[in-house]
Amino acid sequence: MTLLDRAPTSPFDAPVEGGTPRVGSERPSSDLAAPTGVRRLLAAAPADAGDHLATFGPLPDISPDRLLAELEFAGLTGRGGAGFPVHRKLRSARDATRAGRSGRPVVVGNGSEGEPLSAKDRLLLRSAPDLVIDGLLLAARAVDAGEVRLVADAELHPALQAVLTRRADAGRARIQLVAARGDFVGGEASAVVANLEGRRPVPRDHPVRLTIAGYRRRRTLVQNVETLAHLALVARFGGAWFRSRGTADDTGTRLVTVSAPGTPLTVLEIAGGTPLGAVLAAAGLDDAGVRAAGLGPGARAVLVGGYHGSWVPGSALDAPLDRAGLAPWGATPGAGILHVLPHGRCGLRTAAGIAGMLAAETAGQCGPCVNGLPRIAGLLDRLARRERHPGLPAEIARVSALVDGRGACHHPDGTVRLVASTLREFASDVDAHLDGTCEAER
Amino acid sequence: MSARLGLGIPTAPATQARPAGAGASAATLHVDWTACAARGLCAELLSNLLELDEWGYPRALGYGSDIPVGAAELADARVAVALCPRQALSLR
Repeated sequence: MTLLDRAPTSPFDAPVEGGTPRVGSERPSSDLAAPTGVRRLLAAAPADAGDHLATFGPLPDISPDRLLAELEFAGLTGRGGAGFPVHRKLRSARDATRAGRSGRPVVVGNGSEGEPLSAKDRLLLRSAPDLVIDGLLLAARAVDAGEVRLVADAELHPALQAVLTRRADAGRARIQLVAARGDFVGGEASAVVANLEGRRPVPRDHPVRLTIAGYRRRRTLVQNVETLAHLALVARFGGAWFRSRGTADDTGTRLVTVSAPGTPLTVLEIAGGTPLGAVLAAAGLDDAGVRAAGLGPGARAVLVGGYHGSWVPGSALDAPLDRAGLAPWGATPGAGILHVLPHGRCGLRTAAGIAGMLAAETAGQCGPCVNGLPRIAGLLDRLARRERHPGLPAEIARVSALVDGRGACHHPDGTVRLVASTLREFASDVDAHLDGTCEAER
Repeated sequence: MSARLGLGIPTAPATQARPAGAGASAATLHVDWTACAARGLCAELLSNLLELDEWGYPRALGYGSDIPVGAAELADARVAVALCPRQALSLR
């Protein structure tokens, strides 16, 4: 895996908005110098306890109020995909009270990574487990948690258990390891809660937020492991430091996973808002890299956000990887996944393969998803195979409308998003396919 | 999984203007899709609000799991919630 420790183009030093900040103007809790480059989460040598302490210092003693204020100023958002502001989720878990329901909240570090194109959470748990555990402990302290769990692939458990055993603070908090489920939807927060409860790890209907009623109806804070690692750095070095990289729209740094068909997954730490092309270049998958790998003459499009993501055309790779920059294509930074479609590869065929996998990954609970996704995948497959039926795109749109927003989780919505983006960004190829030809493949 | 992006499907907020006489949205009818088994009783009881999709699941055009209910439909909605054989409906 490649690590990027400098901004690939211009430095992304975000100006502090509106004059003097109320918080974040001074580092709150660390005597050590903050990491200065873009390599933050990955600044210490991989999984080295001494190096972790030498690089970041001990767990800071920061009050919950101060931590929440610093997180708000930092603009840290969840790195599991949804991008929810972290300070709001923490505040909700801390403040929510339910009449007649006692019990302290549960904090869950979510390292489930069911998305096939993502490897950053596993990499982080391997290379910076102490930082993730720092974040778990700080979040647990901030919400006065009674229980703390860390969900990770079973194969990572021996190494993680060794870290937990070494650390007295982790021992006092009695952090328990839980085996992640490999299913695509198994990492969704309510599915993780079901897993903790010993039930089938599938999403559940939760009209009330998990921070109000989650694990065994208790207040439950589920945060992605990368989010927790960032939280641990914000607690040490402050919100202003966090914002000193990235754009105002995507503050700080984030881990991304970059790949192309047949290549290994490359994990990088980048500044928020780095142009897509610069991220690809850093991963060795710009046009030159794609050519060198024998994949084709360059990038035709990039799938941003993984199997639930959206396509950005190869002509628009100057777009910054932040919400505003990706909005024209209906994409978001999500969990930081970029997958290159080389020239010479059919986007419709690629998307049909993904849609078929997503249809197979339905948890089988919600009627519109169970019935609709296989239908959509089948229709897209017929289009990809150049069946000359002019009604196919309209039928895909019609069935998509029957599925969108009608599930307990966002699996149907994400699938519809991918398929809609495919028909939009490869519109001329849709016409070619309906004419029995293909723009990309013979 | 991130923000919901429709396919040009109107995603009207629950506070949208409703026809005069119907009053503003008085409550939200929530469908638990993990419980719903397409029995279809709700669409019969709330024919002004719900239709059945081609698989038999209740649907209000333009809405997903949370469907705004006007004051005029509130009584029927309460009956639908009470009679759903799968207890898949709730009013909030």
